[in-house]
Amino acid sequence: MKNKGIYVHIPFCVRKCAYCDFLSFPAGDELKKAYTGRLLKEIADGSAVSEGQTVDSIFIGGGTPSVPEAADIVRILEQIKKSCIVTADAEISIEANPGTVTEEKLALYREAGINRISFGAQSFNDDELKLLGRIHRSGDISECFEAARRAGFENINLDLMTGLPGQTKEVWSETLDKAIGLSPEHISVYSLIIEEGTAFYGRYHGADDIRAKGGTQSLLPSEEEERLMVVRGAERLAEAGYAQYEISNYAREGYECRHNLKYWLREDYLGFGLGAASCLGNFRYKNTSDMKEYLEAEDIRKDREYLTAEEELSEAIFLGLRLNLGVDIKELEKEYGADASCYLEWTEKMLDEGLLIKKGENIALSGRGRDLANYVWSGYV
Amino acid sequence: MNDQERIRNFCIVAHIDHGKSTLADRIIEKTGLLTEREMQEQVLDNMDLERERGITIKAQAVRTIYKAKDGKEYILNLIDTPGHVDFNYEVSRALAACDGAILVVDAAQGIEAQTLANVYLALDHDLEVFPVINKIDLPSAEPERVKDEIEDVIGLEAQDAPLISAKNGIGIEEVLEAVVEKVPAPKGDADAPLKALIFDSVYDSYKGVIVFMRIMDGKVRKGTRVKMMATGAVAEVVEVGWFGAGQFIPCEELSAGMVGYLAASIKNVKDTAVGDTVTEADRPCAEALPGYKKVQSMVYCGLYPADGAKYPDLKDALEKLTLNDASLFYEPETSVALGFGFRCGFLGLLHLEVVQERLEREYDLDLVTTAPGVVYKVYKTNGDVIELTNPSNLPDPSEIDHMEEPIVSAEIMVTKDFIGSIMELCQERRGRYLSMEYIEANRALLKYELPLNEIIYDFFDALKSRSKGYASFDYEMKAYETSKLVKLDILINKEEVDALSFIVHSDSAYERGRRMCERLKDEIPRHLFEIPIQAAVGGKVIARETVKAMRKDVLAKCYGGDITRKKKLLEKQKEGKKRMRQIGNVEIPQSAFMSVLKLDEE
Repeated sequence: MKNKGIYVHIPFCVRKCAYCDFLSFPAGDELKKAYTGRLLKEIADGSAVSEGQTVDSIFIGGGTPSVPEAADIVRILEQIKKSCIVTADAEISIEANPGTVTEEKLALYREAGINRISFGAQSFNDDELKLLGRIHRSGDISECFEAARRAGFENINLDLMTGLPGQTKEVWSETLDKAIGLSPEHISVYSLIIEEGTAFYGRYHGADDIRAKGGTQSLLPSEEEERLMVVRGAERLAEAGYAQYEISNYAREGYECRHNLKYWLREDYLGFGLGAASCLGNFRYKNTSDMKEYLEAEDIRKDREYLTAEEELSEAIFLGLRLNLGVDIKELEKEYGADASCYLEWTEKMLDEGLLIKKGENIALSGRGRDLANYVWSGYV
Repeated sequence: MNDQERIRNFCIVAHIDHGKSTLADRIIEKTGLLTEREMQEQVLDNMDLERERGITIKAQAVRTIYKAKDGKEYILNLIDTPGHVDFNYEVSRALAACDGAILVVDAAQGIEAQTLANVYLALDHDLEVFPVINKIDLPSAEPERVKDEIEDVIGLEAQDAPLISAKNGIGIEEVLEAVVEKVPAPKGDADAPLKALIFDSVYDSYKGVIVFMRIMDGKVRKGTRVKMMATGAVAEVVEVGWFGAGQFIPCEELSAGMVGYLAASIKNVKDTAVGDTVTEADRPCAEALPGYKKVQSMVYCGLYPADGAKYPDLKDALEKLTLNDASLFYEPETSVALGFGFRCGFLGLLHLEVVQERLEREYDLDLVTTAPGVVYKVYKTNGDVIELTNPSNLPDPSEIDHMEEPIVSAEIMVTKDFIGSIMELCQERRGRYLSMEYIEANRALLKYELPLNEIIYDFFDALKSRSKGYASFDYEMKAYETSKLVKLDILINKEEVDALSFIVHSDSAYERGRRMCERLKDEIPRHLFEIPIQAAVGGKVIARETVKAMRKDVLAKCYGGDITRKKKLLEKQKEGKKRMRQIGNVEIPQSAFMSVLKLDEE
């Protein structure tokens, strides 16, 4: 039996950022307290974690998990350790935003066994940070980073973003240099996606298309510029010793995020908390996204589905293709006991178009394939 | 009761919205034929579509009994006529079945273009026409002004016209009395050989075709062997009867002067063409009634199933529609872009829309329609003449001597303030100005000759928007005229898309081509490569747009373990592709084919 991963969702933040469509919102102490209580009960619930289950990755994400009291996080981890066996070498990550951690908090995290911290840096340019609606400024990032090091964190990630309004190659390059300068073990580079329901949607929706079709809308960098930033970024990161292992992720050797790899390799994971997703073999479900229901209802699991072998195979391919390593379709066919011949034609087409490349027995996205990955993946669903 | 003296055959003519159908309802109500409960809002308009659009598509009839003030009972046969220019021929046949007509004029709006057209049509058929003024209870009603207008413009005596409100049931008795008094009784010869005019026919799955007719001379009953003089079809009558409101009421015999139906196990409405004369097969009348015309399609377009697999369903649906609609023409055709479909002919654009909507609604079909076009006459250098209904079939320009297009004469009635903008519109549409006369201080009647292909797209809409709704319009076919026409082709990624080609006057080719390209650029999603969109005439590119290549399409974002959400996004992307048509290596959404129909909308 393979080790499982555990995801814990903390849906709270200091304030909502202008681009954010994740399940998170500011909340009062009372709600936070009630939420932690419900979370502990969910984890303790025998149906959630079967006895004797080993876990080698825990990821506390959000929202901003550094917003609630550190004591709450400590209690959550204690409950997880009570409910299942956490391996000695487990990767235990927490997401934190610069400006929401203190030396004291960091020390408590370490004490509770957290050994990886992921900072939502996003940019080292104060104008960009302001535009994004972030609560921190560039200087806060370095301060927090150093504090985390002092607290004993030897595995730190920085999240960065491309495609920001007004972002130029020069500004991006500065951000990247400053991030590398701090020498973290892991760097994630995400592209800004203008999502419905965010403040950015009202401001920028359609801008991309308008400009691509020859309009004058110039608020966002063009697709070409954004891709160039990503490609140049990957080169710069490679030079600095960070190899790309997934569409958005770069790491020093041995520091690839074990937890996220579970998602892409379709390994088992359990999600606790509001809107958290779980995947156990071919069984999958998602917790309710309604806070009231989460707090009050007995059964909070929604969207239960049992996947067929064919569906599992399809997912294994398109998720696996996120990784630079790519996938060996023949191996996956054996693993899931399903037939992948329906994808042969598409794979050939993608190889012809140069969006997929062969890597030994594996197929993987090419550089251009990564830019147009949705198109490639859409042939495998 | 079969005494012709007690029969009145009449119709109601009006401009759209002046209250024709409402008046018909009230007449049926007053004559006590129906209880209120049975009374749907508009009894005569049976089809849903008709009710929604507020227009009458097919002529129908109803027979009511009215006890007049003279103490006698009269049979009133009210024949309802379609109110749209597309169905002018049907209107003319329905009028020919009547002896008189009620002219309904809106007390506020007065005479409109259709009022004139319909009155003249009625007068042409020697009908006794008398006016009634409707909607007198409207605050803006000016019955006296409208009376004067009717006398001045049409020359009908209007001073004693009934002042009514069909909506509120005011003055209906007066109208009925006027019908009895003013509409002449029929004067047929019941002993002469049968001579009856077909003014409509419907298909019933039990009885076969039901022929709506007015008996001019003679008699018909069960067992009579009848012959349709124009189509030559012969059949034995199984049933005759008259029209209840929304139902057929069988009777023994129909004789001269009466309006009713016959059923004779006829399978196809094409055998019982509107305007044809029904006679006895064994004792035919000397000559057919005048005015019969073979139905001719005026507007053509391609109809394709959005899902190619639905082709048999579309075929089936068209077959069923033509059972009831002899004026709908269709034949199979294939398009490189759209696959298997049909080239369909219609009486006009409204007819096209009605058919299209019925196919989509009643038969649950998703359709792709190509740009509607008219019938062009192509004179080839070798002397052949082709009637062109599909632009793709246009011969090579080197083989064409010249081409002709259909011209209509149009009458537009408009208030003074908008004369300028309407004239401008007519000029833009290659109209030829004929005349303008003021029919009252504030309104003028404009006469133009316009190419039919300029009005089939969106002329009505343009007319309405440029006159803020104050213009009314009517037209009739006039003639074919030589014209400088060219075929405009659209090339997407250098490939000609046959379904997007159309015929256009050479002077408008550039403008239309440019707008087509702009429209298509918005409709075609970006691909991995750059896609040129070109408009070309005779192989020469006259306009061009480019859909830029897609450079980025990736979920470079962390959705955590929520795979379902990722998958849904990808599935959506894949689904979108399925609904596209593949032209070369470019995928074109169905909507692109339709959007070019609305080139002038901003």
